[in-house]
Amino acid sequence: MQNNHEFKVNLKGLFTPWPIIAAIILTVAFAIAIFRYVFGIGSVTNLNDIAPWGLWIGFDILTGVGLAAGGFIMTTTVYIFGREKFRPIVRMSILTAFLGYLVFIWGLLIELGRPWVIWHAIIYWNIHSPLFEVAWCVMLYTTVLFLEFSQVIFEKFGLKKLQHIFHLVSVPLVIAGALLSTLHQSTLGTLFAIAPGKVYPLWYSPIIPVIFFISCVAGGLAMVILEGHLSKRFFRHEIPFNLIKPISRALVYSLGIFALVRFADIAGRGAVPLMFANAMETPYFWIETVLLIIAPLIILNIKKIQYSELGLFYASLSAVLGFVMHRINMVTTAFARVNGGYFPSWQEFWITASLVTLGFVIIALIVRFLPVLPEGSLIKTRKERERYLAAKKKEDFGYKKLGWNA
Amino acid sequence: MSGTVSHSGKTKGLLIDVTLCIGCGACQEACVKEHNLPGGDDDQLSYRNYTVIQKHGDQFVRKLCMHCETPSCVSACPVGALNKRESGAVVWDHTKCFGCRYCMISCPFEIPTFEWYSYNPRIRKCVLCYERIEAGRPTACAEACPTEATLFGDRDTLIEVATQRIRSRAEKYQDHVWGLYEVGGTSVLYLSSVPFESLSFKKDLMQSPPSEITWRILGQVPNVVLIGAWVLGGFYFLYRRRHEVKAAEAHTTEKGGHGDAK
Repeated sequence: MQNNHEFKVNLKGLFTPWPIIAAIILTVAFAIAIFRYVFGIGSVTNLNDIAPWGLWIGFDILTGVGLAAGGFIMTTTVYIFGREKFRPIVRMSILTAFLGYLVFIWGLLIELGRPWVIWHAIIYWNIHSPLFEVAWCVMLYTTVLFLEFSQVIFEKFGLKKLQHIFHLVSVPLVIAGALLSTLHQSTLGTLFAIAPGKVYPLWYSPIIPVIFFISCVAGGLAMVILEGHLSKRFFRHEIPFNLIKPISRALVYSLGIFALVRFADIAGRGAVPLMFANAMETPYFWIETVLLIIAPLIILNIKKIQYSELGLFYASLSAVLGFVMHRINMVTTAFARVNGGYFPSWQEFWITASLVTLGFVIIALIVRFLPVLPEGSLIKTRKERERYLAAKKKEDFGYKKLGWNA
Repeated sequence: MSGTVSHSGKTKGLLIDVTLCIGCGACQEACVKEHNLPGGDDDQLSYRNYTVIQKHGDQFVRKLCMHCETPSCVSACPVGALNKRESGAVVWDHTKCFGCRYCMISCPFEIPTFEWYSYNPRIRKCVLCYERIEAGRPTACAEACPTEATLFGDRDTLIEVATQRIRSRAEKYQDHVWGLYEVGGTSVLYLSSVPFESLSFKKDLMQSPPSEITWRILGQVPNVVLIGAWVLGGFYFLYRRRHEVKAAEAHTTEKGGHGDAK
């Protein structure tokens, strides 16, 4: 009888539209990828000799890696700064960061011209190349993230001895992760420092690594809040408010510092007139600035809405979108005067969408089977579901009424 | 040999005198033949041509790799697939490249091109006929040029020739050997009778190699690692210490509590 119930619930779950949508996106993406491997990158993209980098670098790599910064921020907060109360969300942020990097490497296999020799980065060294540094840091950091995540696997299968070993090495591991992240997050910006004449002055800066690093902290924090919201919607797992509140404050401070550095940098280089110039780059700059800096800072500083569920959701969503805009501007708008008006093809958008989808699918599966979320936050049986729905009906849920420290 | 001035074991280069170019396309043809390229009557660089001729007003300007003295692409390539040879040629190594195209982003002149429609794409760019010049012969383009608008030789000698030409025909030439200092100097030098901007040469180019900027930033990596490790280690130490003190305090209060109760 009991089994029967569960079967019904699971079956119902199967017929939500999400798996079907995901399947369609991934199947078409697979076809595009095959086409690309046979006929070349040019056959599915609008990239060309004057626009050698586009959406794939801007979103899949610059954005993907940047937004995965939540991983090193949360691990450092808990393991190094000793803010133990954040421990319940550490695993989720490690997992999303780890998957972010895996998906990003997967994206590289489509983006690189000769992906089958991607391992050349290991044997052929050029220490003068920022991209060489990024390659090594990403390789090492993905390994660190895997090791950090391995505790979840050890726990699941009751491997006490390995758990003990993990406990011993966890702090050096987290420090290594933080250092590697600092290096490659900033060096992703350094990539563009070599082309001062080509990158539009609103985005070019001699301190671009600093700008990339601060913005990845803000983007990573916004992503943690947004993940909390999504995880509540999809997994019925809620990040308690006593965690969300300090994270949103940290987001305000990091955005504030970012705004200061960004505008001081623009002013210092005498590029202020370009902010208001009658040029095609100007609207893109303002879309980015409003989404990344202005809107979140306003929302998060209005007393009435700063800690409301919707306020937090829109502020973090806006910051994340602004972050995406900054990174994509970096490879498209900033190069607009030399790239002949590049705009991504539908296949480029599709591949990007498929990478995001892939990330969601893997997270959904892993959360189901491994102890990523704190005990009891996943609804597995019908009884739990009914109880949850009843509670929801009484509006016991929702950020405002939950009596935050529960 | 036509189109050549004296050369020794030193860095080679080309001197392109825009005033002498008649736009005949012999250089482009010779290049296509020398390197077995697809060719094509094109005025933009691509996998089809290592060099093209672009018309600006009544002037013809050859476009090709400048073979920078300190090339951005060489510093940018993560796997060291681009190299500046002793002869001066900047050459791409197909055994290393994994196709990231960062060389194309880093190049101040948008020179390297890519085989966008190949399953196994290569970076394509002028290689200064390095096999020829290292065997003591001029580049195919210099050999083919009927007017000596493209002259091959030692970079030092070419600079002398260029300054000599400017000095003897001051009314004709712009007082500027393009490539002497641009981006730290290039192996391909230009002379012109009209301002270089009007020939679509970039103005405001750095007078030093752009790769110095990235190298200066990358030079901070050891500092970030060392300082970062100490700071994070310090914070961890403080956290442990606080934890221990708290535990010890809890222990004493517990004891004290018992004492009071007694």
